[in-house]
Amino acid sequence: MINSAEIVIIGGGISGCSIAYNLAKKGVKNVVVIEKDYLASGATGRCGAGIRQQWGTERNCKMSSLACNFYENAAEELGYEGDIEFKQGGYLILSSTEKEHEQFKKNVKLQNSLGINSKLISLKEAKKIVPFLNTEGLVSATFYEKDGHLNPFYTTEAFALAAQRLGVKFYKHTEVTDIIVENAKIKGVKTNKGDISTNIVVNAAGGYSQIVGKMAGIDIPTYSERHQILVTEPLEPILEPMVMSFSLNLYCQQVPHGGIIMGRGDTDEPKDLRVTSGWHFLDEMTHTITNILPPLRDARVIRTWAGLYNLSPDRQPILGPVDKVEGLYLAVGFSGHGFMFGPATGLLISESILGEETTLPIDVYNLNRFEKGNLIFEPSVV
Amino acid sequence: MDENTIICRCSDVTLKEIRDLIKQGYDTFDEIKRITRVGMGPCQGRTCTPLVLKEIANITGKPLSEIMPGTFRPPVKSIKLGEISDNYLDGGDIDD
Repeated sequence: MINSAEIVIIGGGISGCSIAYNLAKKGVKNVVVIEKDYLASGATGRCGAGIRQQWGTERNCKMSSLACNFYENAAEELGYEGDIEFKQGGYLILSSTEKEHEQFKKNVKLQNSLGINSKLISLKEAKKIVPFLNTEGLVSATFYEKDGHLNPFYTTEAFALAAQRLGVKFYKHTEVTDIIVENAKIKGVKTNKGDISTNIVVNAAGGYSQIVGKMAGIDIPTYSERHQILVTEPLEPILEPMVMSFSLNLYCQQVPHGGIIMGRGDTDEPKDLRVTSGWHFLDEMTHTITNILPPLRDARVIRTWAGLYNLSPDRQPILGPVDKVEGLYLAVGFSGHGFMFGPATGLLISESILGEETTLPIDVYNLNRFEKGNLIFEPSVV
Repeated sequence: MDENTIICRCSDVTLKEIRDLIKQGYDTFDEIKRITRVGMGPCQGRTCTPLVLKEIANITGKPLSEIMPGTFRPPVKSIKLGEISDNYLDGGDIDD
């Protein structure tokens, strides 16, 4: 293992790999990514991997548009020989209350003003997109055909291989055990395979962000929470878009391989680091989905799994430098949206580290917003 | 053995693909699973898991006993979503 680096990135998920790629592309030499397991082993490889631009705040619309535009050309840009399986089947987002319907009107107006041509549609129109949708109890829907999903393993691999070709070193199965800080400046990291001296550390540790923060002596107000998913056996293509509802607490999509992936949150979930599967989720998920998409009654679940949401108090990422520790940067607290923001995260963090003007405003996502009370309220999250 | 032999019958993964990946550094079952879908199909790895583990052992030189088989995830057998849903108890206990 090398003993010094220009920049050490902690975490080999989509954020860490995207940051590494962007830094190397801008010419930074000697960038190192430390991953305690293997690439995409954490939240990235366990996520629903959806990409949507239908948000309720301007900044999230812009972040996700930047990411989506990147994903449209990612294989070429990253020189990836495989297929990242980007399927733009759209997101069909369902409202089930009048209040939600009113919010959707505002969201669509905002999205349209930013070049995201989403539409507020009737239930009849929604049934044209998903003919077997049970519209009972629903009010309306929004749809944007450029939303979609992709394969998180291949996407992360594509970033990592491109970064590697540009000289980034990846150390998998290597765990950071401490961060060395002297006089409020980053001096290095300790790992179970040796120490690396560096002046810049990026915390992209996903579900472990708060633990890595403590190593550098800072309290990051994030916590982790298990979110579960199930997948069915591969079926013939029957579901083109991602079907999602905030109020009904579900998302469901058919991946190119044929399996139908679905998940939902659980408000009773404790704050911890478990990624085990539980029976309760299977009960709630099947009950919800067979009501809204009745033909899925006959689909067989073959596997369930779980991953960690790393949640921040306002459910928005925490990005950029830390005021109290020079050389420490954060890309944490994505609250379930880290994968879809990945390309934007890499670009913005690399620009921030290099002191360049950022493509999108990044200061609003700084850790200091919690002290200042400048929280970001996003109305459209699961 | 013929390298075109199918190791994973659910996802059509050949012995050659597995061997190439191990040589490229994808030397744990979990990594190979995520890249090739080996063990992700309806059989959930019942046939392919021991075969892949043996290949990892052969190529890396590690004893088979030290190679982790990945996580076995529920359900043990595939079940129709409707069958689970029909037995749904509103407000049922969290029993995991």
